Amino acid sequence: MSDPKTYKFNTKTLHSGHQPDKNYGSRAVPIYQSTSYLFQDTDHAAALFNLEEGGHIYSRISNPTVAVLEERVAALEGGSAALATASGMSAMMLSLLTICSAGDHIVASSQLYGGSFNLLRLTLPRFGIETTFVKPRDIEGFKKAIKPNTKCIFGELIGNPGIEIMNLPEVSKIAKDEGIPVIIDGTFNTPYLCNLFDLGADIIVHSLTKWMAGHGTSMGGCIVEKGDFNWKQGSKFPTMTEPYEGYHGLSFAEEFGPAAFTMRARAEGMRDFGPSMSPMNAFNILTGIETLSLRMDKHISNTAIMLDYLSNNENVTWVNHPSLPNHPDHEVAKKLMPQGQGSMIAFGIKGGREAGQAFINAMKLTSHLANVGDAKSLVIHPASTTHSQMDKKSLELAGLTDDMIRFSVGLEDMDDIINDFNNGFRASQKPRLVASR
Amino acid sequence: MKLKVNGKEAYFTSSGRKINKDQPTIIFVHGSGLTHVTWVLQTRYFAFHGYNTIAVDLPGHGDSEGPPLESIEEMADWIAELLNVLEIKKSSYVGHSQGCLVGLEFAHRHSDRLELLALINGSLSMKMNPELLQLAKDKNHKAVDLMMDWVHGPLGQVGGHPVPGLSHIGMGNQLVSSNNNGTLGTDFNACDQYENGEKAASGINHPTLCIMGKYDRMTPKKVGIELANKIQNSQQVVIEDSGHMSILETASDTKNLLKKFFKENS
Repeated sequence: MSDPKTYKFNTKTLHSGHQPDKNYGSRAVPIYQSTSYLFQDTDHAAALFNLEEGGHIYSRISNPTVAVLEERVAALEGGSAALATASGMSAMMLSLLTICSAGDHIVASSQLYGGSFNLLRLTLPRFGIETTFVKPRDIEGFKKAIKPNTKCIFGELIGNPGIEIMNLPEVSKIAKDEGIPVIIDGTFNTPYLCNLFDLGADIIVHSLTKWMAGHGTSMGGCIVEKGDFNWKQGSKFPTMTEPYEGYHGLSFAEEFGPAAFTMRARAEGMRDFGPSMSPMNAFNILTGIETLSLRMDKHISNTAIMLDYLSNNENVTWVNHPSLPNHPDHEVAKKLMPQGQGSMIAFGIKGGREAGQAFINAMKLTSHLANVGDAKSLVIHPASTTHSQMDKKSLELAGLTDDMIRFSVGLEDMDDIINDFNNGFRASQKPRLVASR
Repeated sequence: MKLKVNGKEAYFTSSGRKINKDQPTIIFVHGSGLTHVTWVLQTRYFAFHGYNTIAVDLPGHGDSEGPPLESIEEMADWIAELLNVLEIKKSSYVGHSQGCLVGLEFAHRHSDRLELLALINGSLSMKMNPELLQLAKDKNHKAVDLMMDWVHGPLGQVGGHPVPGLSHIGMGNQLVSSNNNGTLGTDFNACDQYENGEKAASGINHPTLCIMGKYDRMTPKKVGIELANKIQNSQQVVIEDSGHMSILETASDTKNLLKKFFKENS
């Protein structure tokens, strides 16, 4: 029997979620720059407010341009539903607050983006939600950290900035045994490098700002729901199963099944917290996603060039990337992401913090800024910037050292980036050469 | 809501509303391998506008205890028994796909329990492709993937779900996969074996609405028309843009057609 003819990955990057405009035949996704949408009559308005039918009311809750992006990301991940947010951080926050309330507990990887770490360590405890951090390679540690009030395991497949790989299938087995979902930040891998749902994730969060959008122009985040987590087991997830007064006794799990999490996150989270994505940003991100495959292939091949260069550079004390055989997670990374293990490189510069600063200050082509996943190559010194709000103990826990440079490999001709790096290394070693005379 | 039917746990949703004996009742019956969730964009409207809505999970589907029933006739009798348990004497019936065969048989065997009948993406019989039937019996996930391909029309394939952020194929895949412990194979086999459709349809006198999708590849428009033509007191409507999943692909159109039909015939 022939195979199904449902669309494949590259076709989805270009088409999913968008039915061409019937009024004007617009081939591009129109930017619906509108706060609100006309009701046909009072019955129609009431039906929309009561979730009796689908549609748009107010762009804080949903927007037609943003909805195309949501469906596109859901299709690329193979999820049942998705919800776009103003940023990756709001996607993370919303995903956690959809199932966690005061008195609940989260188990999280200790190797996270600094903002994510601080949300869990400092901010959520103010609302009565505590987190236990576990090193991502400590599989048994995840099991030990789970308590009766634990509502989920949270982590990044590719840790930031230490580039540790979480053995998601193993962590997922633990979560399944305990009846809790795994929420994974898939920003660094994108759906092109691996399918996190196949590896055991139940919910994926993305910062779409990074590789998905790919051009450093637009902030955005997204939650994607796989749709097969059983929220109805016992009474552990009341926000999903109990009648919700905010919608006339609606039980999200009962009414929306595989999309229950997304519907709750939208109906309550977007209504009450309001971290909505602008339609212009959705348009820019959609445009970026159209070339996701092409860009990711180039990011990966350029990463290989730069790894070869850095590994053979006398000014580099260490290079960290999961594709290198000496990386502790090399085998796991190859298994989970056979097409490539991402385009983030961390390396140590001879001379430590001062040399690192000199290197970065000497960059002419490579951009020094707080972002990753741009088409342009980017560098930063995490200890003094993205992770600077972490104390010494937390920095150690996150595996951050003073000499670490985080390098997001872009799409330029790598010869030009190598020339830039050569200048940077010369500048980084200059003070030490002067001092040694 | 859970209760016992024929000694086994059965589940249905009434959209969070209590069953009110003074209100008319509509029972909604899903298609092969699916669950009550497929009806959410129709049931919530009726539940909040003066009807008891009972969107069931047939045995072995969703939250209803298995095993799945092996024939359309058994499914029709199960619906009647559910109404007995709920102490509801008469109900209208809305079915989708396989649920239409069950509806025909329910009308045939339990005519006195039926008020109005609506058949969406239905036909008089549903002979299955033998290879697809075998894949489903073997619990091969390819059967689900093929089903997701065939049930969606050209627009459903691309997306544009009426509920922002939901994916037609992703949702459908999860719904069927959640029941793919042999349920899909049993359902397909029950459809394949059912032969009483023509006789059952010929005997129906109740007002009936038949809804078809212009791009339906599972039960093409022409077999929908054959079905409608066999039912004396029927009206037929073809929805543009819809494949086999009219209840989701063109959810508002389907709901509005049902709304008009129930208003005119109640």
